[in-house]
Amino acid sequence: MTAPVTLETPEGAKLLDSRFTVPGMRCAGCIAKIERGLAKIEGVDSARVNFSSKRVAVRHTNSLDEESLVEAIAEIGFEAQPVADNPLAKDDREVKLLLRALAVAGFGMMNIMLLSVSVWSGAGGVTRELFHWLSALIALPVVAYSGRPFFSSAAMALRHRRTNMDVPISIGVLLATGLSVYETFAGGGHAYFDSAVMLLFFLLAGRALDATMRNKTHAGIGALLSRMGKSAAVLDEGGNRKIVAAEDLEPGMLMLVAAGDALAADGEIEEGETALDNSMLTGESAPHAASVGDTIYAGAINLGNPVRVRVTATASDTAIAEIARLMDEAGQSRSSYVRIADRASRLYAPAVHSLALIAFAGWMIAGAGWHQSLVIAIAVLIITCPCAMGLAVPAAQVVASGALAKKGLLVKDGSALERLAEIDVALFDKTGTLTLGEPVPQVDHLTGQQASIALALARTSRHPLSKGITKALEQRGVQAAKLADVREESGQGLTGLFDGRKVALARPETGSANIATSLMIGDERTKILFEDPIRPDAPEALAMLAEGGVSSSIVSGDFTEPVEAVARELGIDWKAELHPEDKLALLDRLKASGSRPLMVGDGINDGPALAAAHASIAPGGASDVSQQASDAVFLGSGLMPVALAVRVARKTMQIVRQNFAFAIIYNVFAVPLALAGLVTPLIAAIAMSLSSVVVVGNSLRLAKAAR
Amino acid sequence: MTGLAFLIPIALGLGLLGLAAFFWAMRKGQFEDLDGAAQRILIDDEDDEQ
Repeated sequence: MTAPVTLETPEGAKLLDSRFTVPGMRCAGCIAKIERGLAKIEGVDSARVNFSSKRVAVRHTNSLDEESLVEAIAEIGFEAQPVADNPLAKDDREVKLLLRALAVAGFGMMNIMLLSVSVWSGAGGVTRELFHWLSALIALPVVAYSGRPFFSSAAMALRHRRTNMDVPISIGVLLATGLSVYETFAGGGHAYFDSAVMLLFFLLAGRALDATMRNKTHAGIGALLSRMGKSAAVLDEGGNRKIVAAEDLEPGMLMLVAAGDALAADGEIEEGETALDNSMLTGESAPHAASVGDTIYAGAINLGNPVRVRVTATASDTAIAEIARLMDEAGQSRSSYVRIADRASRLYAPAVHSLALIAFAGWMIAGAGWHQSLVIAIAVLIITCPCAMGLAVPAAQVVASGALAKKGLLVKDGSALERLAEIDVALFDKTGTLTLGEPVPQVDHLTGQQASIALALARTSRHPLSKGITKALEQRGVQAAKLADVREESGQGLTGLFDGRKVALARPETGSANIATSLMIGDERTKILFEDPIRPDAPEALAMLAEGGVSSSIVSGDFTEPVEAVARELGIDWKAELHPEDKLALLDRLKASGSRPLMVGDGINDGPALAAAHASIAPGGASDVSQQASDAVFLGSGLMPVALAVRVARKTMQIVRQNFAFAIIYNVFAVPLALAGLVTPLIAAIAMSLSSVVVVGNSLRLAKAAR
Repeated sequence: MTGLAFLIPIALGLGLLGLAAFFWAMRKGQFEDLDGAAQRILIDDEDDEQ
């Protein structure tokens, strides 16, 4: 949980900082409502919303705790979750480091260019020498500062006796800078400071783009995470209730699990009986009845009544942890995936090095002298140095992921797009993936009076089913009836008085296959059934996938009957009653037969499959574990983002390949010139900027890809 | 030539100023909430606010 920072104010009162994620913020009105609403609360010093990351930071006195602030935000009308102290700090630091390096390189490049242009346009003698000295003065600290990301990565690779893209970059930059310094001392004609710094600038631009994209998506996903049991209300011997973080729970503790809460540990019910939503764990849509003596598992959501649970297993011993272990093993195969840029650099780096070496040796043999030979070898290194290549992949991926984010799909990183482009089979979980995963009441058969009474009763409760009824009826424009004496009795449901008659929403019947509740007005009983509808655009999305040559099927842990019904409606293959291991085995068989499967699923039981698949996508309502394990997360009630993701990923890779093709063509022309010793710093500079501009321009075409 | 003695330091100084401004903005968190800034201009001032 949050470790609040304690600050001493001049008045001596202690102020704490707490952060909450509020995924429901959508507009300027929400920002104003939250900030002003919180500021009015006694004990709140200030509240500041960060709209981009959907968070609110509250500074408050220690008279308030996190729980009361969450309640306060709920009263304002938003669901909030406390978040740990800036878990994104690490990503943030990387982006900031790159941006600073980029700014410094940009500053250096502009000023050195200014000086270089006058040298190119004919400044000679003392002026040229002065300008070279000034360039050296600017370039040396700039290279030392901005080159660090490349130097450290190259050093790391060399230490492990490998080579990567950063090795030729570092060698090229260092050699060019070194030679230019020598030229400056010797009063020679050509200095390559501009090329060296410009190279750093363009490459840093690519890196910074890549890192920003990852950072942005992580912030978006971070805002969705953590509606799961991260903490529990625990009763101590004295009967005092306190909130304990999931990792601090111990076997033997007594947890108080309210309706709507997720379990944070495995345990045995000691008091009360209820219905549990086990879909996170098993994928089954029907609620499970549980009473005294039953063992219930972490991740289950309490749909019924408050129960007291004695903790039996925590953290790494829970059933969820077993699945997490499976996932870890399954994820190994994916980490061996080699990104396209790295694959290219494996061929590219040795080729560039040998070319430069050949150029040096060739000119030495031809008797050009070591100085001229070295200049030519460096020209080869710089001109082949992959500015266009460094930008080719990140530029395309950033534009594509931006376009997808607008359509409600958050892609975690570039490698996810590369793998998504390659898939040829799609496997879908049922509950929460093809369906919406939240019970929607069937209220069409209710008369106007019944509906208004049901709404008046349901809206007073925070029970998930009551919330579902409230939402459905409010959407139909039902006005709530005036009721007297509305009360919620735990375990019995909601009761009230309407015109002197007793009315009630009876508690859901546990144990039956479908969830249902009864509306009672006097003696008259009406049943309200709950259903889990298929996402409205699922047929279109599946058709779009099929168009792209991707065959879809359902793999579900649910019973045969409901799975078959959904599969028949959508017209796709299905497999039901699968355990997490079965799904994993199925994926392994598919991979062994040469397919590249895409897994789309939400439950923890899908976790291993998500980690093992070639690419995976989870809906925004999925469990934390599933969102962590997947490559992308889609938001909203549609399935279309999944189909769009595949299409855009394929277009992205097409553009990336075009970019590479362009970089190769460019080299075909530039390298012979460099080998022939015809490349002056001016030509190198022009060629480099031109190729970068073309690559970025080509990548921008992807902005329209998601339409 | 004498012009250079003034112009080059001025050019460099302006560049450094821009760089310093960028570093300052980054440290002060000006880039933390880019979407929020776009939304905030739509918030009406409340009457009771000073």
